[in-house]
Amino acid sequence: MNRQRRVVPDVVIVFAGDSGEGMQVTGMQFAHASAMRGNDIATFPNYPAEIRAPQGTLAGVSSFQLRFGSFDVLTPGDECDVLVAMNAAALKTHLHLLKPGGILIANEPGFDRRSLRLAGYSEEQNPLTDGSLSGYQLIVLNISQLVSAALADTGFSVREKERMKNMFVLGLLAWLFDRPLEALEQLVTTKFAARNPEIAAANLRLLRAGYNFGETSELFAVRYEIPQAQLPPGTYRSISGNEALVLGFVTAAQKAGLKLFYAGYPITPASEVLHQMSTLLPYDVYPFQAEDEIAALCAAIGAAFGGHLGVTATSGPGFSLMSEALGLAVMLELPVVVCDIQRAGPATGMPTKPEQADLLQALYGRHGEAPLPVLAAATPADCFHTAYEAARIAVHYMTPVVVLSDAFLANGTDLWRIPELDTLPPIVPPWASDRYKHNGSFAPYERDERGVRPWAVPGMRGFEHRIGGLEKEHITGNVSYDPANHERMVSLRAAKIEHIAHELPPQTITCGEPSGELALVSWGSSYGAVLSAVQECRRQGLSVSHIHLRYLNPLPRNLGDVLRGFRRILVPELNSGHLTQVLRARYLVDARPYSKIQGRPLSVSELVEYIQRELHHG
Amino acid sequence: MADTLSTAPTAKDYASDQEVRWCPGCGDYAILKQVQTVLADLAIPRENVVFISGIGCSSRFPYYMGTYGLHGIHGRAPAIATGLAITRPELHIWIVTGDGDGLSIGGNHFLHILRRNLDVTILLFNNEVYGLTKGQISPTSRPGQRTPSTPWGSFEYPFNPAALAFAAGATFVARTLDRDQPHLRMILHRAALHRGAAFVEIYQNCPVFNDGAFAIYTDKETKPDNALFVEHGKPLRFGSGEQKVLVLDGTAPRVAALTDELPANVWVHDETDRGKAALLVQLSEALGPAFPRPFGVLYADPSRPTYGELLAERRQRLAQETVPDLARLLHGRNFWTIP
Repeated sequence: MNRQRRVVPDVVIVFAGDSGEGMQVTGMQFAHASAMRGNDIATFPNYPAEIRAPQGTLAGVSSFQLRFGSFDVLTPGDECDVLVAMNAAALKTHLHLLKPGGILIANEPGFDRRSLRLAGYSEEQNPLTDGSLSGYQLIVLNISQLVSAALADTGFSVREKERMKNMFVLGLLAWLFDRPLEALEQLVTTKFAARNPEIAAANLRLLRAGYNFGETSELFAVRYEIPQAQLPPGTYRSISGNEALVLGFVTAAQKAGLKLFYAGYPITPASEVLHQMSTLLPYDVYPFQAEDEIAALCAAIGAAFGGHLGVTATSGPGFSLMSEALGLAVMLELPVVVCDIQRAGPATGMPTKPEQADLLQALYGRHGEAPLPVLAAATPADCFHTAYEAARIAVHYMTPVVVLSDAFLANGTDLWRIPELDTLPPIVPPWASDRYKHNGSFAPYERDERGVRPWAVPGMRGFEHRIGGLEKEHITGNVSYDPANHERMVSLRAAKIEHIAHELPPQTITCGEPSGELALVSWGSSYGAVLSAVQECRRQGLSVSHIHLRYLNPLPRNLGDVLRGFRRILVPELNSGHLTQVLRARYLVDARPYSKIQGRPLSVSELVEYIQRELHHG
Repeated sequence: MADTLSTAPTAKDYASDQEVRWCPGCGDYAILKQVQTVLADLAIPRENVVFISGIGCSSRFPYYMGTYGLHGIHGRAPAIATGLAITRPELHIWIVTGDGDGLSIGGNHFLHILRRNLDVTILLFNNEVYGLTKGQISPTSRPGQRTPSTPWGSFEYPFNPAALAFAAGATFVARTLDRDQPHLRMILHRAALHRGAAFVEIYQNCPVFNDGAFAIYTDKETKPDNALFVEHGKPLRFGSGEQKVLVLDGTAPRVAALTDELPANVWVHDETDRGKAALLVQLSEALGPAFPRPFGVLYADPSRPTYGELLAERRQRLAQETVPDLARLLHGRNFWTIP
């Protein structure tokens, strides 16, 4: 059959099915293959906290949103071109994302009476046959039957075959969007071969069966082509935010010549960091699963006292438990990095859903005067650079550092240009030397010109010293209750953190003019949506600029001047206005929040609408 | 302070220049002195010794040592020590804690460091009261104890720290007293040499808030009938003139007169016997006041590998399989180049 080929700049696919039906795997494999095909990618996995939520129910739906394109893809997209609905619940929960006229692939057995009832469709109503989906290109397939036929000569049970049907879907879509089959075959082989060669072979067979089904059946009149993105020269891979964090820390420790001690307590969505670290023993990584988050950070502090880079990652509940130990790290002035992979709170909240409501806690959530650097990653790939930078600051300034990521970045996938190792800034620990000795005894709290104390570790003869949570006398580090000394130490610790701003790059305008009517200020994972919205509004001729912050403490020294270049400042955040408060307090500017607290990322269209309203009615 | 330890060190070489600030008559002084003495006996280089503590009277200990030290936060000393011990297994790490710090707020970390068998020495100064916060009950306070938080007398059941440590998987469990300095020194010496997590409960008198709590184990008149000093390979004898013995009827301990029993029936202490240790650690607590409180090395299992040894073995094996290559690690399995 001679099919039409259509070139499109980008495509958004949503794979939706029951959790446990392999939607995340399918999406990830497709994303990898797309990246290898030369497209930029962005993904948004969305899954329930329950490992196997009740089958067929709305609560049990797991989905994976993938966007790939021939330009700089900043977000996974507000809506999709293709929706794969493995059952009625998946359709019900995700149909609102599908563009009018979009392709809807439905797995017929997932729409039997029971599934329809569980999804809340009324008696006798079947969306696949009642005409309600006529606005879409509806393709109904009995995937279970196709899979069963393809594996007819194998010994797999019906149940096992059912679990592999995602591979057929992957093959079919690979054909539709011209993804390289060899790349997918390689990915599938690496994923399954080690576990079970028979399952690997079956998965490969289904992948090809799906692909061939696209080729031979006449379901699709059009086959799509997405040209390669124009990317700067370099070596690329796809990477998730949590993977990027791990690589960032390992790289930083290696560059600094330090062992990396990583302590973690299992928590969604940070556990992958612990898992990945646990595979890296040959890279001087010391992974440790602690008994709780308090122990995780305390152990990291102990390792830092021993001369290593201490790192831990957690999410909101664990971050709360770490508050006291973070204060201790501030007092001790030891290099540790705490990653808070934020999720919707408070308390257990919505463990798999993103939110940015831990910012004020990161900045201020300790008793006493306890400032520390706070950095936020903008994209999954940026997690590498943020981790590296956090480790660099922690070591250079002998301080705990907080890295903010979130559920959106942690699991989302990005295209990453792998950096050349020698282009990364050096990391030089401030080891103690005889310069810090007075009459033969070591002064652990004597500071250099940047306000940084020296790092002396057990085993160094002649540098034996005691540190602790009690206030210390300036220079000697001996316990001191002297009132003037306490005030001085508080200000010395604060000045050290402020000093970091002197070596940071000045704040730049992320997009648009350096002054004007309106600026959107963002931090963390809102980067992509805000930048896309600003770009879109600027194409419409609106005067709007974008300022994205990586450093939330200390803030860039020129930020006040940059903000005062705009008549109005809007701060879109997945919280009730945390950064807004900080900017207002710090710079006396009339920043206003755009808040969204739904456990969902910002969409580009909502921001575009908001900007339009602001500028037309402002 | 001597700058090197090339000549035989003395206890003073392990003291810091800070003034010791416990209350007059506090049992902590004796412990401090014996710890410094033992370190000198063993001639461990000062720079390789680290004292880690939490919060409480006992936790001021590191400030008075001329070694490395870290005074942490309440209850977390074992967690801090864990990070150090995992990455620096060659160090001599001591944890100093109390009954409140180690068993109440830090109970979780206490259990887990023992379970993991990290190579550390844990000294628990048990005075059965909160001292630094002015005298409230602790997890080891006895029923009836009147304190500001229990003006009517406590009705809580106390922990037996040695039994707790034993149950948590400690490979060395000992009990000693601040007032018996030779015994204290001997036990500290043994604990310091133990490979793995060594737990030492030290009955420590708090002269201000719980004076005389352990007097029955130290006063001449009461000590013989109430304190049983165990020694590996020796029969369990106590009482005036050591005329009483412990006998095991099956698994039931019984007190008997020495003269009434055949020598072969007397319970002989085997510190490596886990079954007997389970009885011994809870002797007077579970079986009542007729039984004496045992002191000494109640249990020692030198055979169980430490966390550090198991980790080193694993690291070594992995090092043979994988040659680290950071650039390759960053590239992962699937990457491509755009010229």
